[in-house]
Amino acid sequence: MVQVGLNQFLIVSTILFSLGIFGIVTRRNAVMVLMGIELVLNSANINFVAFAKFGNFGLSGQIVALFVIILAAAEAAIALAIVLNIYKTFATVNVDEIDKLKE
Amino acid sequence: MNIYDVVFYLFAAITLVSASFVVTTRNIVYSAFCLLFTFFGIAGLYVLLGADFIAIVQIMVYVGGILVLILFGVMLTNKITNIQIKSGTLQLAPAVIATALLAATLIKVFLGTEWKIVKTEATDKTTAFAIGRLLMTDYVLIFELLGILLLVALIGAATIARREK
Repeated sequence: MVQVGLNQFLIVSTILFSLGIFGIVTRRNAVMVLMGIELVLNSANINFVAFAKFGNFGLSGQIVALFVIILAAAEAAIALAIVLNIYKTFATVNVDEIDKLKE
Repeated sequence: MNIYDVVFYLFAAITLVSASFVVTTRNIVYSAFCLLFTFFGIAGLYVLLGADFIAIVQIMVYVGGILVLILFGVMLTNKITNIQIKSGTLQLAPAVIATALLAATLIKVFLGTEWKIVKTEATDKTTAFAIGRLLMTDYVLIFELLGILLLVALIGAATIARREK
């Protein structure tokens, strides 16, 4: 256990990013893929805030993190609407089976 | 090892353990609830980084908004009564190797880089006041654009979700 500095936050965000990528590529359910995307966005946010603090960039990093959270909210709403529509059309949310562009 | 380090390792452990449950557990409802703890852990990390406003926004938007939305998605796209709610995984071994390599590469790059670290003295002032001022001065264009984006996303989501026959 070493003194907590910038590197510890970067390592946490890297592991979170890798877990998110792992979730995106391995899970079959479209909603699970969305959860993986949320993990990736959160890991990027940790990096923004950590660099802003340790690099003494003032509040700009925090404001970018705020914008990322807003974009994540918009993205989640749109993506879940698409997932619901896919479920209505194909009666499944398994991303492997959804391979037709037309019904 | 001071109290800051202990709290950091506590929140980091909460975040990473629950995030690994999110991506590995087979039951998607458990995944959604583990995501709750991940978001709380990340909010704790924000507090440790001196970003109190971001931490509150994280809890309000992610836990109060996005997580509820995801739970709605889970409930509406799965037949709760049958076994469908368990979602499988695919290509497990290649994915583990690839993401482990990715994580190792990123950590090596992060640790190998000489980051310029400027010592800042800790303040007990809230950041909400300064963030509000910046949003209305330097970042006002992005702020307004994001407002329009949210409106468009709202209308778009409603339009996509109820498709006309």
